[in-house]
Amino acid sequence: MDLSVRIGSLEMPNPLIAASGCFGYGLEYEEVVNLASLGGVAVKGLFLNAREGHPPPRIVETPSGMLNAIGLQGIGVHRFIDERLPRLREAGARVIVNICGTTIDEYVELAKILSQEEGVGALELNISCPNIKEGGIQFGCSLTGTHAVVSAVRKATTLPVIPKLTPNVTAPATFARAAEDAGADAISLVNTFLALAIDVESRRPRLSNVLGGLSGPAIRPIAVRMVWECRQEVKIPIIGMGGIMDARDALEFMIAGANAVQIGTANFVDPFVWGKILDGLTSYMQRHSIARLQDLVGTMDTSAPAAAHA
Amino acid sequence: MIVRMSPLDIDATVISNVRLSADYNVLTLAAPEIGAETEPGQFLMVKPGLGTDPLLRRPFSVFEVLRDDLGTVRAISILNKRAGVTTGRLYTLEPGARVACLGPLGTPFTPPVNGGEAWMVAGGVGLAPFATLAEALAALEVPATLFYGARTGEELFYLEFFERLGVRIVLATEDGSRGTHGRVTVPLETALGALPAPGATTVYACGPEPMLAAVARLAARHDQPCEVSLERVMGCGLGGCYSCVVPVRSPGDPQPHFVRSCIAGPVFDGAAVVWE
Ligand SMILES: Cc1cc2nc3c(=O)[nH]c(=O)nc-3n(C[C@H](O)[C@H](O)[C@H](O)COP(=O)(O)O)c2cc1C
Repeated sequence: MDLSVRIGSLEMPNPLIAASGCFGYGLEYEEVVNLASLGGVAVKGLFLNAREGHPPPRIVETPSGMLNAIGLQGIGVHRFIDERLPRLREAGARVIVNICGTTIDEYVELAKILSQEEGVGALELNISCPNIKEGGIQFGCSLTGTHAVVSAVRKATTLPVIPKLTPNVTAPATFARAAEDAGADAISLVNTFLALAIDVESRRPRLSNVLGGLSGPAIRPIAVRMVWECRQEVKIPIIGMGGIMDARDALEFMIAGANAVQIGTANFVDPFVWGKILDGLTSYMQRHSIARLQDLVGTMDTSAPAAAHA
Repeated sequence: MIVRMSPLDIDATVISNVRLSADYNVLTLAAPEIGAETEPGQFLMVKPGLGTDPLLRRPFSVFEVLRDDLGTVRAISILNKRAGVTTGRLYTLEPGARVACLGPLGTPFTPPVNGGEAWMVAGGVGLAPFATLAEALAALEVPATLFYGARTGEELFYLEFFERLGVRIVLATEDGSRGTHGRVTVPLETALGALPAPGATTVYACGPEPMLAAVARLAARHDQPCEVSLERVMGCGLGGCYSCVVPVRSPGDPQPHFVRSCIAGPVFDGAAVVWE
């Protein structure tokens, strides 16, 4: 059985990638998962410099989901390269570095710095974090901005470039098209949905940042729809995510058009989820006589709806 | 980097649920594999049932590590106080129910300095990490005292457990129904004042944040080392999400930094934490 997937020069043995911000820098999970057994590890969003992030409370639970406003606390790219990347390389992880900037120049500089390092598999451009004012969201919410940042980074690196799209726009598929036109190797979506939770007794927001990003199973059907729309708009690989908890959820994204998937919030609930999803994918392939998992991508059959019991 | 044992995820059966009061209960869970690895101060990430609402696990101190007559670990327990949805569910569970337990997690208490005493300061459900610590102290033959405060005398639990281990007990209740009338920090302050300083008495504290801040300040004023066990809203327990951060000052750096309480804590040097 072949579960492999290729994104530009990055070859992954399976389509399961740890979602950025939900897996630390990867090394935090070395004792619970063999990092080399994952398709890839998208590390926590990195700026050029270290950041403290927002004061707590940084998360709050909502029905079937959670809001977060971490504020991209991080160690900055240089400490990442010195302290984390060598160990990730040793562990055999295929590292996708999620990069964040406030200007196009910052994205370009991060891309140049990371391109010189051994062990970086791809760059995921975070132009979609809803929780920080000065972050790349201004690029992610404008078609020309998306095109500009992707083409600038494209020129600065030979690494696979994967802009991560926001769901907080009317038509994400138009952003997928802008990214493809600008030379992206793949797109990933969705980042979190901008959201608000209020304590009615005190009339105060539940997060220090007031607003946060919604993730988890609550967002899955919307994310699946967005992946499906993007699949019709672009040819490049799509990395789908949003509320994947088990193999069925991962398969749903792939059938909608995702070549690979990322798992974020589910890893908080169950850090051993990876092996379970991988087993679920292989048993599905056996049951459906699928030799190459990539053959499943974008195969939704719209000729009739599924039987009600399915 | 922090070195730790690999945590285990055990789908544990509830062996018993002893309701101590209308709010507090002790849930005994068949997760001996976790118990055998647990050091005092470590915690579990717990989730009753598989549902998605609530979605995330909750952090709980390991309360007891229960052994049979031969000393083999048979189970662990958690001390629960019902406040929200998960704790409400944990209060009502019956034997046979399943609770997912991930652990042991976090950095444990450090043993007291050589030849010194250990003082444990507990507020309410903050008693939880001290049962295992008291056992470890007894095994090390360290003289131990428990300063234990609650709203009322009816919410003071497990006193016999600590007495059996030879722990000296000092009680305080907010309604004055047992022990000193008022906060547990009142008798603590008196006792600290009677110590020779700088001392070799390590103060360990767990409870509401204002109590922890007060204990840390008192210990610092009387020049005694102090460790606090903090409770934070936690997403994952493994350092993945950066939600449970605590502002901490490290030596030589005037600027406090947010550190993850799940891996750098939950036990912190009381003098390093920046209290609000
Ligand atoms: C606590 C938390 C932190 C996150 N941090 C980042 C980040 O640094 N960069 C990023 O691109 N996405 C970040 N995300 C978004 C996730 O990578 C993912 O897009 C989103 O959570 C949806 O997937 P999920 O439902 O599987 O979690 C974060 C999400 C959460 C819950």
